[in-house]
Amino acid sequence: MSAPFRLPAGGRIDRSKPLSFSFDGKSYPGFAGDTLASALIASGVHLMGRSFKYHRPRGFLTAGPDEPNALVGVGASDDRYTPNLRAPVVELHDGLVAESQNRWPSLSFDVGAINDVLLGRFIPAGFYYKTFMWPKSFWKSVYEPKIRAAAGLGRPPKDPDSARYTQVYHHTDILVIGTGPAGLAAALAAAKSGLRVLVCDEQPEFGGSLLHDLSSSIDGKTPAQFVADAVADLARQPNVTLLTRTTAFGYTPHNMIGLIERVTDHIAHADPKLPRERMWHVRAGEVVLATGAIERPLVFPENDRPGVMLADAARAYANRWAAKPGSRAVVATADDGAYRAALDLKAAGVEIALIADMRANPTGALVAQARAAGIRVETGSVVTGTRGRLRVKTAHVARLDANGNAGAPEPFACDLVLMSGGWTPTVHLFSQSRGKLRWDEALGAYVPGTSAERERSAGGCRGVYDLQAVLADGTAAGEDAVRAAKGMPGPSRGFMVTGSPATSGGYLGAVPHDRNPATVKAFVDFQNDVTAKDLKLATREGMRSIEHVKRYTTTGMATDQGKTSNMNALGIVSDSLKTPIPQIGLTTFRMPYTPVTFGAFAGASRGDLFDPVRRTPAHDWAVAEGATFEPVGQWKRAWWFPKAGEDMHAAVDREVKAIRTSVGLFDASTLGKIEVVGPDAAKFMELMYTNAWAKLGVGRCRYGVMLREDGFVMDDGVIGRIADDRFHVTTTTGGAPRVLAHMEDYLQTEFPHLDVWLTSITEQWAVIAVQGPKAREVIAPLVDGVDLSTAAFPHMSVRECKVCGVPARLFRVSFTGELGFEINVPADYGRAVWEAVHASGKPFGITPYGTEAMHVARAEKGYIIVGQETDGTATPDDVGLGWAIGKTKPDFVGKRALARPSMANADRKQLVGLLTKDPKTTLEEGAQIVADAHVEMPARMIGHVTSSYQSPTLGRSIAMAMVKGGRARIGSSLFVPMPDGVIEATVVEPIFYDKEGARLDA
Amino acid sequence: MLIINCPICGPRPEIEFRYGGEAHVARPAGTETLDDQTVADRLYMRTNPKGLHFERWRHAHGCGKYFNAVRDTVSDFFVTTYKAGEPKPDVAALLKDQAR
Repeated sequence: MSAPFRLPAGGRIDRSKPLSFSFDGKSYPGFAGDTLASALIASGVHLMGRSFKYHRPRGFLTAGPDEPNALVGVGASDDRYTPNLRAPVVELHDGLVAESQNRWPSLSFDVGAINDVLLGRFIPAGFYYKTFMWPKSFWKSVYEPKIRAAAGLGRPPKDPDSARYTQVYHHTDILVIGTGPAGLAAALAAAKSGLRVLVCDEQPEFGGSLLHDLSSSIDGKTPAQFVADAVADLARQPNVTLLTRTTAFGYTPHNMIGLIERVTDHIAHADPKLPRERMWHVRAGEVVLATGAIERPLVFPENDRPGVMLADAARAYANRWAAKPGSRAVVATADDGAYRAALDLKAAGVEIALIADMRANPTGALVAQARAAGIRVETGSVVTGTRGRLRVKTAHVARLDANGNAGAPEPFACDLVLMSGGWTPTVHLFSQSRGKLRWDEALGAYVPGTSAERERSAGGCRGVYDLQAVLADGTAAGEDAVRAAKGMPGPSRGFMVTGSPATSGGYLGAVPHDRNPATVKAFVDFQNDVTAKDLKLATREGMRSIEHVKRYTTTGMATDQGKTSNMNALGIVSDSLKTPIPQIGLTTFRMPYTPVTFGAFAGASRGDLFDPVRRTPAHDWAVAEGATFEPVGQWKRAWWFPKAGEDMHAAVDREVKAIRTSVGLFDASTLGKIEVVGPDAAKFMELMYTNAWAKLGVGRCRYGVMLREDGFVMDDGVIGRIADDRFHVTTTTGGAPRVLAHMEDYLQTEFPHLDVWLTSITEQWAVIAVQGPKAREVIAPLVDGVDLSTAAFPHMSVRECKVCGVPARLFRVSFTGELGFEINVPADYGRAVWEAVHASGKPFGITPYGTEAMHVARAEKGYIIVGQETDGTATPDDVGLGWAIGKTKPDFVGKRALARPSMANADRKQLVGLLTKDPKTTLEEGAQIVADAHVEMPARMIGHVTSSYQSPTLGRSIAMAMVKGGRARIGSSLFVPMPDGVIEATVVEPIFYDKEGARLDA
Repeated sequence: MLIINCPICGPRPEIEFRYGGEAHVARPAGTETLDDQTVADRLYMRTNPKGLHFERWRHAHGCGKYFNAVRDTVSDFFVTTYKAGEPKPDVAALLKDQAR
């Protein structure tokens, strides 16, 4: 197999390493050093895809990351498939599998192309907003799926990504981004200082534009030799880190730069130990931006056919990759740079039919060189159209008259049209850093103005284009960075450049033509199929700001973010509105500069490593017992313990009955726990909780309610006084960090005079709850030194003692309404004590229960759960906790807010119980409640169900609800409308079992 | 990512900190002395300025201390940080410093 357009010699490809790859199922040859684009061009393939809206055939526009057209899906299997990659930056390796996108049934025959011929007039600018808006219901069901199927990018892979991604944090004194002539000069200057220097470039090798420069000479060396020597020089220095294949994609405050390094995508059989990509989080002292410039297309009619490409891209394909982009070229330009491309391509064997220069009298040295080389140059001339379906066949060239109008065109046969509208500085990263751009009228470009960060730009990215000046600019930037980083720049180095004549020129906007402006398509944004006509339409329809034009036409909104199109769009809008460009504005540059994989952002945070999992000391025991688990925050909690053949309902039923009739065992280790210690601990507690604490005796417990300053319930829990100066505070499982932060906040800022220390002890204590009439008998043999009788150790007491010989804090508390104990032991002993309690309970049929049975049992007793019954707008009184407010206390957090009149409104939502008419019907938690059985829409909702269960103890459904003026409605009926009918329920007190609390002292 | 200067620990990356709302808002205590409107204002009304903003931060993944800061809400950058309990810095002087 030979590639017909491969030049016989030259290029940076390694001809000793041939390789083979496939594109759309067909096999092609290539060499190491090729990109997918260069290898296809060498094989004469230019048809790469179909356009977004009109399904027009498209080829390569560029040779770099700015490519809008040649998007491909790469990967042999779906677990390694990446869609929407730009072919010019896909490095070739043996066996690479690529496919084109957005075509059906095939790339050369695409049914969707009917959009171009017949439907084109129905999809103008803003068509999303106009055409498919009626009837409304059709959008989701008909229009959107059809549009999505026809217009689009690649397909997402079906399988999970099997590649590995890593992240690196890095600090450097100086970061140099880009290694064209400016970046290399800056890196050389910076490296001499001895400061830490990180140099990155998105390409596989350093050098940028020097890699396809065959005519210049730097210090008497070819550009390639100059690059090789410079890189070797940098690589020798221990303070310098060099990163190829590494794109700086995001610039965030204080010089935090995101880099994405592609580690193995270019290797056929990569070491499995290596990640696919590595994301670098770099904090740089100083930054040098040397990101170069992007060539602009010319906006002439039919400028999008395969074979129409940017002049310097064609030059790069020939010079760098020895891939001849065509046989006969028409060059359309408004800039001297295209003459250099014409000269190089002529040298590579491409016939140059003519150069059509828009300018009336171009005078640059390159123009003279082209004429001297015998190239026909037509000044004041433009391309007004092209022909050719799957590849350009003809270009029509017309002269501009004195008024700038195009005359009658003359056709030129060609298979390549090169265009150059000049260069656009790549200011993306500068703009991301929130630096202010400045419009440079002479350059016709936005360039970096005022910096917001410690950075400076050098070379093409600030509009300096001539090689000698670029090298000097890079050196100056490198030295400036060194001085700014308080380093010592070495002796300044100059560069002697020959063979690189100065260039000038450039054009923004649409090229004049003689064609029918209503039908002709001159593309501005190739990827989103936006034409000059669309932009003019947008201004006619009233768009003035470029931000509005952008969104209305979608120009610049494709995956390339308008790298090749934004400035031409601005030129057209400026011309159309007769307003200078700087007054129209510029759309904001967003990261990433080029697309970054989700995998790289996720790094190792996938699957099991996505979020930390917290397990209790008895977790493995519960697993062995076959427990089902539910996530509660990061905790895994045992949900229920099914026996053979049991479903959730049966298991929970059995577990609750065990609590009520014998004894249950529950892992409460996840409870948040905070130790409040210090001479002023009681004073602090008085302020943080609504209750009174000063008189709480040592060894006693109290249920505490915590409010926010606005008077709403924030958390609750049982608090034990271990000593005069020591409280053991428990919080809700999910609320522990929030409560500790809240306490710290007040202690540090409002009550700093109090001598108190706060310590999280959640993970230090394992908590084993033993609940039920037999609880005392179960634990008695295990507890040393505590008289467990009710007289000596009543409900709401705490003792420090030993359990199973282990130091323990033993609480007599109950969240079930039964006699209950919570044994706190150091977490390391949690599993052993748990098992000892379980063994001790065997004779009583001790039953481990999960969070579901715990929920049911507490609901039977009407105990609230903060966050389930409350939602951040409930006062203590709303949820029946008015009794817990210390009314005589002078102050506590939330006290003053509770005294506001709205906090005492009679129709506030209040906690009530609901009993459905049909005891078998269980209400849905979250269901809305109305007052009237005959629900008229829109219904007036007066409350919602907060908790609802089938109660095994009562043999019927029970529910808790927050209802407006609920307590006054006790005894009346309310209604819960559901999709299959309205459910009637009676309002009752929110306590369903043992209202007197007699069982606590059983 | 911003670097925030914790008055206790020194400069640290933004992810170590947690925002804590506007600073120098008096706590609405005192049942008898404050009228309801003043209490509501202190609970719910904030200045939300365009420009320099006095605000609270906590070095949550560091020393745990709450401190105060002046941040420019336009540029996002911090002008200064200072310990809780210290008086409000002089805005005019800060602006002059910033201009320098």
